[in-house]
Amino acid sequence: MPAGMIHAEQLIYEYDKRDDEGNVIGSERAIDGVDIDIPQGSFVAVLGHNGSGKSTLAKHMNAILVPTGGTMWVDGRDTKDPAQLWDVRQTAGMVFQNPDNQIIGTVVEEDVGFGPENLGVPTDEIWQRVEESLKAVGMLERRKDSPNRLSGGQKQRVAIAGVLAMEPKCIVLDEPTAMLDPNGRKEVIRAVEELRKKKQVTVILITHYMEEVIDADQVFVMDGGHIVMYGTPREIFSRVDELKTYRMDVPQVTMLAEELRRQGLDLPEGILRREELVEALCRLR
Amino acid sequence: MIRDITIGQYYPAESRIHRLDPRVKIVCTLLFLVSLFIQNSLPGYVIATIYLGCVIRLSKVPLKYILKGLKPVVILLLFTVVMNLFLTDGGEILVQFGIFTITENGLRTSVFMAVRLMYLVAGSSIMTFTTSPNGLTDGMEKLLHPLNRFNVPVHEVAMMMSIALRFIPILLEETDKIMKAQQARGADFESGNIIQRAKAMVPILVPLFVSAFRRANDLAMAMEARCYHGGDGRTKMKPLHYHGRDRAAYFITLIYLVIMFVVGRFLPFKLWIF
Amino acid sequence: MSIALEHVSYVYSPGTAYEKHALRDVSFEIPQGQFVGIIGHTGSGKSTLIQHLNGLVRATSGRVLYDGQNIYEDGYNMRELRTRVGLVFQYPEYQLFEVDVISDVCFGPKNQGLPQDECEKRAREALEHVGFPEKYYKQSPFELSGGQKRRVAIAGVLAMRPKVLILDEPTAGLDPKGRDEILDQISELHRKTGMTVILVSHSMEDVARYVERLIVMNHGEKMLDGTPREVFRHYKELEKVGLAAPQVTYVMHDLQARGFDVSPDATTIREAAEEILGSFRRSGKI
Repeated sequence: MPAGMIHAEQLIYEYDKRDDEGNVIGSERAIDGVDIDIPQGSFVAVLGHNGSGKSTLAKHMNAILVPTGGTMWVDGRDTKDPAQLWDVRQTAGMVFQNPDNQIIGTVVEEDVGFGPENLGVPTDEIWQRVEESLKAVGMLERRKDSPNRLSGGQKQRVAIAGVLAMEPKCIVLDEPTAMLDPNGRKEVIRAVEELRKKKQVTVILITHYMEEVIDADQVFVMDGGHIVMYGTPREIFSRVDELKTYRMDVPQVTMLAEELRRQGLDLPEGILRREELVEALCRLR
Repeated sequence: MIRDITIGQYYPAESRIHRLDPRVKIVCTLLFLVSLFIQNSLPGYVIATIYLGCVIRLSKVPLKYILKGLKPVVILLLFTVVMNLFLTDGGEILVQFGIFTITENGLRTSVFMAVRLMYLVAGSSIMTFTTSPNGLTDGMEKLLHPLNRFNVPVHEVAMMMSIALRFIPILLEETDKIMKAQQARGADFESGNIIQRAKAMVPILVPLFVSAFRRANDLAMAMEARCYHGGDGRTKMKPLHYHGRDRAAYFITLIYLVIMFVVGRFLPFKLWIF
Repeated sequence: MSIALEHVSYVYSPGTAYEKHALRDVSFEIPQGQFVGIIGHTGSGKSTLIQHLNGLVRATSGRVLYDGQNIYEDGYNMRELRTRVGLVFQYPEYQLFEVDVISDVCFGPKNQGLPQDECEKRAREALEHVGFPEKYYKQSPFELSGGQKRRVAIAGVLAMRPKVLILDEPTAGLDPKGRDEILDQISELHRKTGMTVILVSHSMEDVARYVERLIVMNHGEKMLDGTPREVFRHYKELEKVGLAAPQVTYVMHDLQARGFDVSPDATTIREAAEEILGSFRRSGKI
């Protein structure tokens, strides 16, 4: 019986490859035998280059895709079971990459209300949830605005509020910052941090910005549909060379520490923050 | 320039018209449009002007904004005016040069047609300016609900309309961007004959369609992820209820319609040819 | 081709409620062959600025000069200017439209009125410049991966053989390796062809590594202009307007504050490492 919030065993996702006329000429595995277990309440980051299968994995957590092999359980529910489909989607809310393409409402508050409306929540409670969710992401003052007037970061916060209003146990964010500028990225990451502190939801963040995963409890690195690295951020970022083979990077501070180590300074592995590096250097003096 | 298109856009403000139930606004707009066609005389248009003027005033939407919305129909307007002006027979001939004649009736019809068209657009844009697209589709959905019995997918159509309205400004901006990008590659949209110009649109239309399909795909996924599964079992965040003000609005509009009807029928007041 | 902007201002929708100064009295000169970075947060006017550089947007006041010639003068050939000043927009892959890669890249040269074989020659050359593999030349651009599409789109501009190449956020949305690859290729291109390159970016780390000069835009005004070292010395001012210096610059400042004998000017990892190691060597610790 699956233990964690998200639990996958030997997950496989295969799709047909077609030629120009649409004939099937073979199949490709976007996910190839993934085992994963994410405990309730944790913050997990999934790293991987474009095409590594990380987005495909994310879409399985919300039953947008169902596995062609193996099983994915969300809060103990098998995503393949059509009878549980809506429960799965309500349990694991999803935020996507493109801020414009996931806002349905033409007014901020109406968009946030979209999810609860679909769930059949009574009107009074929808209003309550909308207000709470917008407050949680700091967008309450903009509730009457058109989404088109918001910045990218603000749109993503509205999208997060839209998921929150469905009261999920788990939020999957599929590269929510990929299309944002540095300020927008910070805004979104701060909103996610707040949520974790206040609401104790499980957060799964898919990204390729290394700075965003520093606070994660666990980091998974994907490549070619496999999970190739797994551990705490510190463990992952101390394996600089291995990360680079998966087209990944490390935060600049980590890279600087690594460079200094290579040149003979006796620094600990996996330095993540600027203060850590400064402290470590002071100790060496 | 492409961003100037205001038709179909919501203008947020706190006004009596904004607060009306969307169903009232839809029905009254339709009645207003009908009123323009059941009469064709000067006093009728004066009354219509007063009605429309009051609504615009109450709605707190700046007149400039509404006039801007008329811009896209200018060509259609000119076309109608010219066609009516030269092709309507009857009455005294006012001007004649070569094969072109302008008759009394021609002038009359073309002026009235122009006013009608303008009021038509202004009247419907007041509705979209003062009703959030979601309100509009909610109203539509509720008004057309009886059609469900005849297997008309009312909810789905309403949802499609609401999404279309949300994406109009996004796609317009995108068109602007793609045009600029192709211009930066030396594309020329301004010169050449009609065929060449049509050909020059291909580098804009193809990326635009590709992008529209991508967006549609993304949006469908985002909607499903938020448990959208059609209209069944859905509740409303903003359910529609009639209030006193809504009944009053219906009442006023009905009276207006009756007056228009009476005027159109029994009061053919005429000033010169109008 | 040297570029000069003289007191360029641009106002959106003048006379309406939406009136907005996108650019205010911007002046600078860029000599032929420089590698310039433009940074600024969203809405700082940097996108409007680069559109002025190839005449897509016309300044409300002020002049834009190429080789001393005012591009707003009557009879100035704007279309020709656009082929000499290549502008690659953000997410340029959204402008691809042809049936195969090579024809898409040919679009620019074709608009220049070049014969077919010359177009193709230039297209191949451009694709080579961006490191696009030849076996995909006949593939539909829509079937490529994100990074490859980006390359094709950049090649589409390069094929016009511009003297000046302007790129708006060429690495947006790419993974770290993809980012490095594209930037390395651009840098290589700059070195080989000697063309002027103007790189608009959000990433301080990226610009610090590649450009020789940095122009910082804020609220439509030119805020700072100098080498990355000079600009990042003002890191406190940059922070106030929502920008930041590269992480290593902060490390160096922290170290200096803690009594390390280092210059805080380092802007790249290599420079920072050298500074720190130098300080340890001087104090005899290694």
